[in-house]
Amino acid sequence: MNAHQSLAIGRPIETLEAISPAPVGLDPMVRFAGISKIYPAYRGKPGVNALQDIDFAIPRGSITGVIGRSGAGKSSLVRLINGLEKPTTGRVIVDGRDISALAGRELRLAQRSIGMIFQHFNLLSSRTAADNIALPLEIAGWAKADIKARVAELLALVGIADKHDRYPSELSGGQKQRVGIARALATRPSVLLSDEATSALDPQTTRAILDLLANINRELGVTIVLITHEMSVVRQLAKEVVVLDAGRVVESGHVADIFTHPRHPITQSFLAEVIGDSLPVSLASRIVSERPAGGQAVIRIQVRGAGAGDTVVVRLARELGLDVALLSARIDEIGGQHVGSLTLGIPGGEDAVTRTLAWLSQYQLPAERLGYVA
Amino acid sequence: MSPELINLIIQATFESLYMVGIAALLGTAFGLPLGLFLATSRKGELFAAPIVNRVLGIVVNATRSTPFIILVVAIIPFTRLVAGTSIGSTAAIVPLTIASTPFIARLVEAAIREVDGGLIETASSFGASPLQIVFKVLIPEALPGLLLALTLAVVSLLGYSAMVGAVGGGGLGDLGIRYGYQRFMPEMMLAVVVVLIALVQIVQSAGDYLARRVNRRLRHR
Repeated sequence: MNAHQSLAIGRPIETLEAISPAPVGLDPMVRFAGISKIYPAYRGKPGVNALQDIDFAIPRGSITGVIGRSGAGKSSLVRLINGLEKPTTGRVIVDGRDISALAGRELRLAQRSIGMIFQHFNLLSSRTAADNIALPLEIAGWAKADIKARVAELLALVGIADKHDRYPSELSGGQKQRVGIARALATRPSVLLSDEATSALDPQTTRAILDLLANINRELGVTIVLITHEMSVVRQLAKEVVVLDAGRVVESGHVADIFTHPRHPITQSFLAEVIGDSLPVSLASRIVSERPAGGQAVIRIQVRGAGAGDTVVVRLARELGLDVALLSARIDEIGGQHVGSLTLGIPGGEDAVTRTLAWLSQYQLPAERLGYVA
Repeated sequence: MSPELINLIIQATFESLYMVGIAALLGTAFGLPLGLFLATSRKGELFAAPIVNRVLGIVVNATRSTPFIILVVAIIPFTRLVAGTSIGSTAAIVPLTIASTPFIARLVEAAIREVDGGLIETASSFGASPLQIVFKVLIPEALPGLLLALTLAVVSLLGYSAMVGAVGGGGLGDLGIRYGYQRFMPEMMLAVVVVLIALVQIVQSAGDYLARRVNRRLRHR
């Protein structure tokens, strides 16, 4: 179930027949085919092209992040998956079924195999934790005894068995989201949609909730689609990522590939959020454009890829015989790849700088000269 | 105060309770579904029917803007048709119901609209039908507001019921006007007012208590 399939992008699918029947392994959980979503002008407000030319697939059993700034079209995209909205053009195939073509009772039946969790949890204040989890089962017409057993199972799964009779107003944010997750999983869906599910939580609770989602993905094989504007969420949980900007997919693929070699400015800006491209103020304020007597040249190296950063300073110093100074460093791990930057001080004359840059380019480590410090 | 007068007050109190009680029941029976529909039938809502919504809204507003005493007189033929007579407490229930239905409908509409739209979306996302959303989400979530709305309606009905004395409806208001005002018996007027104040107080306290009991939103730890 957890096979890593790359996201197919940029191949418009003309007809449903073209993608079905699909060979095993190429059969995605969700496929967007030629999707656009236009909200028509209404009461003096102009129309909005929320989504355009959306063609990509979400692999079965994957955790796929959909990241974008607010207004990028993330919410529209996720609402197409569970049929809460209809595309203006194109089809949305979920688990082999064209959900965009369903309506009424058929749509409601299909929606039971798609769970969703929300930023503000959306729990019923009039129901206890257990009764909130029971709601989708009541709607699906389960027998009382079956509901009771299933709810107990779900409360244990999300780790709040002791909160059975608590009302949402008596629960913390993290506990509320656990109830939300249990409720979304109640009818054993094959897809779990997460719409900014951790955006209202503190960092520690966010981590716990993301760990829970990772467990659910691993143990139940549920495909998870994470809608978020936070790079840290994608980094911690997702294996695949789709970057949305202004209603279009600007990049998609493995998290490690996308974020070690970001091509689009939006992707680069998301990356900057986690690796902090800016220099420490104390260092930045000391950098000058003319070399002071006895000063060092400041060189910044972009670190991208597995193990790329860990030995570079030592090897550089040894192979070139330079007393390299480490001025600032920030390296993080995204999808098992090192991503970050090292800022070095190179002593000696211009010759040492030239040799250093040549050595770095030999190892495909992008570098730039920022100036000099005394 | 003579026993006869006290008997009059007791009888009038029961007449008032009878009129208000039945009118509140009927007003809720008609007003609750009407209010639910008004709250869910605008463009893009659960039972979207924008034109019907508009028309019903205008009818509701028209009924609510007609002064109650004029409504009572204007619908006398209709009252006679429904109740068989246009005089007495039973007849008075007809205009009271007609006046309270749109009032309750608007209060219900407001209470239902208070329910977080995200909950409707949530229920839809796991395949709830519009009726399931009404009965499993909207009404339970709006229940505290609905109970307060009903309390307000009953209190208003007590006020309205005083006016139906004008067409022989009986009740406390009628007693107050005929004995207290027209026969210059200030002690009778005072007694009527005291009973009305007590009734309103009891209704309001009971409503507040029930609404608080079903409200799980504010009960914190």
